[in-house]
Amino acid sequence: MGTLSERILHGTAGEYVDRVVDRAYVHDGTGVLTLEAWKSMGERRLKDAAHLHVLFDHIVPANNSTTATLQHELREFARSSFLHFSDIGSGICHQIMSEGIVLPGDVVVGADSHSCTLGAFGAFATGVGATDMAAIWMTGETWFRVPESIGMHLSGTFTGATEAKDLALTYVSRLGMDGASYQALEFIGEGTPALPMDDRLTLCNLAVETGAKAGMFYADDVTVQYLATAGHEVKPQEPEPCRYIRELDFDLSDIVPVIAVPPRVDKVKPVHDLAGLPLDQVFVGTCTNGRYTDLARFARIVKGRNVAVRTIVVPASRAVLQEAIRTGVLDDLVEAGCTLGTPGCGPCLGAHMGVLGEGEVCLSTANRNFKNRMGVGGEIYLSSVATAAASALEGEITEPEVA
Amino acid sequence: MPGKGRAVCVGADIDTDLVIAGRYLRTKDHSIWVEHVFEDLDPTLASRLNGAVIVAGKNFGCGSSREQAAIAIREAGVVAVVAPSFARIFFRNAINVGLPLIECDLPCTEGSLVAFDLAEGWVDAEGKKYTTPRLSSRMQAILAAGGLVNYWRTCQ
Repeated sequence: MGTLSERILHGTAGEYVDRVVDRAYVHDGTGVLTLEAWKSMGERRLKDAAHLHVLFDHIVPANNSTTATLQHELREFARSSFLHFSDIGSGICHQIMSEGIVLPGDVVVGADSHSCTLGAFGAFATGVGATDMAAIWMTGETWFRVPESIGMHLSGTFTGATEAKDLALTYVSRLGMDGASYQALEFIGEGTPALPMDDRLTLCNLAVETGAKAGMFYADDVTVQYLATAGHEVKPQEPEPCRYIRELDFDLSDIVPVIAVPPRVDKVKPVHDLAGLPLDQVFVGTCTNGRYTDLARFARIVKGRNVAVRTIVVPASRAVLQEAIRTGVLDDLVEAGCTLGTPGCGPCLGAHMGVLGEGEVCLSTANRNFKNRMGVGGEIYLSSVATAAASALEGEITEPEVA
Repeated sequence: MPGKGRAVCVGADIDTDLVIAGRYLRTKDHSIWVEHVFEDLDPTLASRLNGAVIVAGKNFGCGSSREQAAIAIREAGVVAVVAPSFARIFFRNAINVGLPLIECDLPCTEGSLVAFDLAEGWVDAEGKKYTTPRLSSRMQAILAAGGLVNYWRTCQ
């Protein structure tokens, strides 16, 4: 009996436990520091490289010779040490781990704060820093404080143009940027079975913006079917009676399209209140909203028209890109005037392509709108894909129309 | 572990992008992080950090898992960071790189003396002593070793 976190970590909330990690991954940013720390730790041994992944996604392709040299060193190490390696163009680390690698019940640790995304599979997935990861490379395990959990009861279904992203921003607004610090969010209730995996990934992705350690769904028939297409036979997880530290109710039919206003993810307003705000850039992508369903939704809205503002679309992975090519979604996006980027994180972190200029405003489907994040003096508003598409067509923040 | 320093006051919800911006991450040269630490919060802050105790509002270090944030603060000469709460990844990172953190809701006057003892669990500011939660024994051992790298070096 217990929360999903307690069951997976085999401990009681508040307890410190040491656990073997089933999957551990780094990207081109955190991997560099991880490798440095691991080399400094002494023995230079790797515990079970088969469970270790290195995935290049943050600055892909490399933007200058310094980045290229750092990536070269990490790439050579990953290959020579038999770690799973995904080179530039493969996609965002969390996305690739979601394409048939992470399974229900896994303990997953990523050297990136949005590793919580993978809780969508009923895994315990959380982010750590580089030095923690170096110790995991060496020992195959790490310590956790078993988190208390917040029960996020979902009921009803989305209506109109509302998406999972709107619910995600809404719950961040209700909890605040530290409202779930050191706790886990468990998404439960009669509203969950109808949510496809992509929606669950989006909802778990934003968990860290409330300070949460993890965001989790119980594996159910949707999870089982999704993983079956990737060749895995898994069983659903049955919820057990457990104690939540707090419980929140969300009726999905009450959720409306919203936007997070810079520089805080929890500063959320209805799109209606911001309508007419002029934009310099729209960005569609990231581990929040760069999946095929997101690109397809965006394309459906802009198809046959031209975007009125520069619009950058970055598929979350090669598989997403290939599906978009196969179905013609990519053609619709290019035809509408969108600019395409290499599968990866794109402009989200302001380190290479798509950087904002002083005073520029971007509407983004990403998860962070911190000061200067996408460029010094630029401002980031966060929205759903439908809001981004409607706004791209007008060049200003625009309420999405009901499909 | 006792320590003391002059208070540098910052607000609540300081994210790691504000500690060290994404545009400065791609290097192994720590001096770049020290030079640009807190640049987007207050460009004058970096020059005042040597020997300082940062006294912050709640949820310090939220956002990205970038360990460069904790490294930049430590290498700028900060003795400790005091805040009512820390974001969890930053908390682990700071301990792992040997930067002491103290959970305490402390009033802050710029430049005033802040003294603390991590093992005994107190912090003293402006003539008032506050009891603070003690770190787990493992975290204390990691800090005492100067970080997780040294901790493992000496463990093996």
